[in-house]
Amino acid sequence: MYAFDYLKPSTLDDAAAALAREDAQAISGGQTLIPTLKARLAQPSALVDLTGIAEMRGIAVADGTVTIGGATCHAAVAGSAEIRAAFPALCDLAGRIGDPQVRNRGTIGGSVANNDPSACYPAAVLGTGATVVTNSREIPADEYFQGMFTTALEEGEIVTALRFPVPQKAAYAKFVQPASRFALTGVFVAKYSGGVRVAVTGASEKGVFRWAEAEAALSTEFSEGSLAGLSVPADGMIGDIHGSPDYRAHLVGVMTRRAVAAAG
Amino acid sequence: MAQVSMTVNGKAVSGEVEGRTLLVEFLRTGLGLTGTHVGCDTSQCGACVVHIDGESVKACTVFAAAADGAEITTIEGMANADGTLSVLQQAFQDHHGLQCGFCTPGMVMSAADLLKTNPSPTEHEIRDWLEGNICRCTGYHNIVKAIQAAAATMSGQAQAAE
Repeated sequence: MYAFDYLKPSTLDDAAAALAREDAQAISGGQTLIPTLKARLAQPSALVDLTGIAEMRGIAVADGTVTIGGATCHAAVAGSAEIRAAFPALCDLAGRIGDPQVRNRGTIGGSVANNDPSACYPAAVLGTGATVVTNSREIPADEYFQGMFTTALEEGEIVTALRFPVPQKAAYAKFVQPASRFALTGVFVAKYSGGVRVAVTGASEKGVFRWAEAEAALSTEFSEGSLAGLSVPADGMIGDIHGSPDYRAHLVGVMTRRAVAAAG
Repeated sequence: MAQVSMTVNGKAVSGEVEGRTLLVEFLRTGLGLTGTHVGCDTSQCGACVVHIDGESVKACTVFAAAADGAEITTIEGMANADGTLSVLQQAFQDHHGLQCGFCTPGMVMSAADLLKTNPSPTEHEIRDWLEGNICRCTGYHNIVKAIQAAAATMSGQAQAAE
């Protein structure tokens, strides 16, 4: 790792001030960033640790909305009885990220800010039409994700919380890439009174995306059968040592059906 | 450089660290606690698992400065007060839950965290929990047996105490 200053502010204002420094970088759980720093793929002048900011931690469930502070770790979401009672699919997703030790450190805000094309949380955020709350504004999920590792966040902007509208039913189906434990392809399906949303992670070179045809079909009838004959083109899918674009396109269909079956 | 203070295995310690100093480096080089191993150094293998405030983490993927003020437990803090092996450690020995032993500190620390929240895990739950701990010798079978045996012994002790 290149050398950097490590700062741990206790307020959002102090964090924003620290991030205004040239080449400063926010860090939350660090489960992606620290390996990146070890590989010398980044050279920040300072790391601003967001986990000491009390208002960025915690979980609240009220009025059909689950609100999770940006610095809340995956294990806390997976183990939350409050969330499980309202929105169990979110607990299931959080409980299958990485491994137990990664889940004890990695945070929802860090995952969503990083927007890894194979990360799990972006599928839940886009698949529910959640709101990304930052220290300066609120960003709808449909505007937030802008491609692999790219988001609507401005330089130094901090994801302080995520607000999920609680669906009638939902499920996340993940085909795990066993070495990295990221999703080789993962699909989040959520049914609301206004329709169904389907978000796919791990598959596209453009990062997480909504599958409009599946949404339309499932909004008419929420069943595996209504997906019959639907497929996504292999064009633009990720191709790597773990799976070809054709394979991932196929998995999108399979995992969507599994998610619908799991949602019941 | 910055000053960090933490409690490690019940003892207050402090030292000077750089921002980039990893917790595992501080434990091994700074404090001489070399029971915590560095296997892969890429957050995969789990040989470096320690507890921060009672929760298992990979010490190669936490900065020492981030653990300032925390309570850390390493494998050196797992034995009984009289120096004998804890139930969990003894079970690893009894069930031959190790061969080369390199992964063992992380396995024990990870298993201890599991048993704290789930005192009688199923075989599936144990294998699932050990997702982040890699062992290249045992094939995991005897590690799982050791953890099951430790869970049974501990629940027997808990019942006897009631």
